[in-house]
Amino acid sequence: MTIAFAAFSGFIRLKSLMRHLVAPVVLCFALMLPGFAAAEVPVPPLKARVTDLTRTLGAEQLAALDSRLQAFEASKGSQIAILIVPTTQPEDIAQFGIRVAEQWKLGRKGVDDGALLLVAKDDRTLRIEVGYGLEGALNDATAKRIIEEFIVPRFRQGDFYGGIEAGLARMQAVIEGEPLPPPAARSDKAAGLGQLEQALPMLAFGALFLGGVLRSILGSFFGGLVTGGLAAGLVWLLGAGLLFALIAGVVVFLLTAAGVSGGGHGTGGRGGYSGGSFGGGGGGFSGGGGGFGGGGASGRW
Amino acid sequence: MRKFLTFVLLLSSLQLSGCGYNTFQTQDEEIKATWGEVLNQYQRRADLVPNLVSTVKGYAAHEKEVLESVTASRAKVGGVQATPELVNDPQAFARFQSAQGELTSALSRLLVVAENYPQLKADANFRDLQAQLEGTENRITVARNRYIQAVKSYNVTVRSFPSNLTAIVFGYETRPSFAVEDEKAISTAPKVDFGK
Repeated sequence: MTIAFAAFSGFIRLKSLMRHLVAPVVLCFALMLPGFAAAEVPVPPLKARVTDLTRTLGAEQLAALDSRLQAFEASKGSQIAILIVPTTQPEDIAQFGIRVAEQWKLGRKGVDDGALLLVAKDDRTLRIEVGYGLEGALNDATAKRIIEEFIVPRFRQGDFYGGIEAGLARMQAVIEGEPLPPPAARSDKAAGLGQLEQALPMLAFGALFLGGVLRSILGSFFGGLVTGGLAAGLVWLLGAGLLFALIAGVVVFLLTAAGVSGGGHGTGGRGGYSGGSFGGGGGGFSGGGGGFGGGGASGRW
Repeated sequence: MRKFLTFVLLLSSLQLSGCGYNTFQTQDEEIKATWGEVLNQYQRRADLVPNLVSTVKGYAAHEKEVLESVTASRAKVGGVQATPELVNDPQAFARFQSAQGELTSALSRLLVVAENYPQLKADANFRDLQAQLEGTENRITVARNRYIQAVKSYNVTVRSFPSNLTAIVFGYETRPSFAVEDEKAISTAPKVDFGK
């Protein structure tokens, strides 16, 4: 009897205790939410060659740098980008720099001829991040020299545009000395194949759906034949070559004849797919898939 | 026609993961590649040392203790066989790590001592070497991070179900990665006291 009473009173005490625990426990969970942690600076999306998140540079200055960088890429093939952020804390500028470089993938794939000029304005640090392919000419010592002799003196005087421009000019001069493959002109064939790759899933669903419809009208064999023929024709028109078109036609014929149809539910969700850009290019700027290894140099002013 | 469909489905299912065997191969190759890069960068650092030592000697010849410790730790690093197989042997890996850690601390002591010699600091050759050393240390960090990521993916595959069954069948084990204890010892930056 006493045991039961003791257990019961203990239970009551526990309940009142737990009431006092509610607030701290809730607070604990709230603190575990990501928003409260010391977050790393997110890598800004790569939209332009010059990204200034501190609004230090004026519009004409941004345009001048952008056109200069664009001209350099057209003539030499190497992609250089400029990023100005307020701070990279809690990370070191080198840690932030390699994160940006790995995400932006400046430079051509395989050639790795990208470079990044990164300025952390409030931290008063800057870094030149150099891709694998440029490490011959723009090596660590040279990058450090560019920073110390061309950029830092101007930054110390508050001339950010001057410093960036001078540093960029030196970087370009050094990279000119590096033997790189010439910049490739965008061929129509490449664009066409890209277009085909984008359209392929939609094409497949369309073909199966159409196949189902034609099968019910014309019967298995003829329905398959017509759909297969249409698919082959379409694939050939998109520039994939005769053999690939024939294969596509045969596959669609077999699937249609077998009774596999896309169904209504399959095609509905694909509506948003065609929103993506076809063949690349256009007005935006994107990295070419270049790799970075952590080379370059940092400085402070 | 249904038979045809089942045949197609069966054919496509054979393309599937194969219980993770192919994943193991891909991740194993990734570990080898990233480890090779780590060794490359460590070697690059070791190659910088003789030049650095001789430059410092030109201005600070009587700092014998520090110069000798750098030379000795570099020799020790050269003595540890840095081969790709190191990845599979945890003890050899730990030896390699500690040798590299010693070289790191010896180099940072040398740079701290060099702060006391303004003429040395103004020397263009020394500045270039310092930039190269900093760059190489950064490259080592990046290479190590990539190796750690590769080992992490591999270890996750070894330990997850159902690929852990494949791992048991073929005898794949978790691989060693860079330990955190050494990181603490290396990362305490030497305090530069100017006291003027």
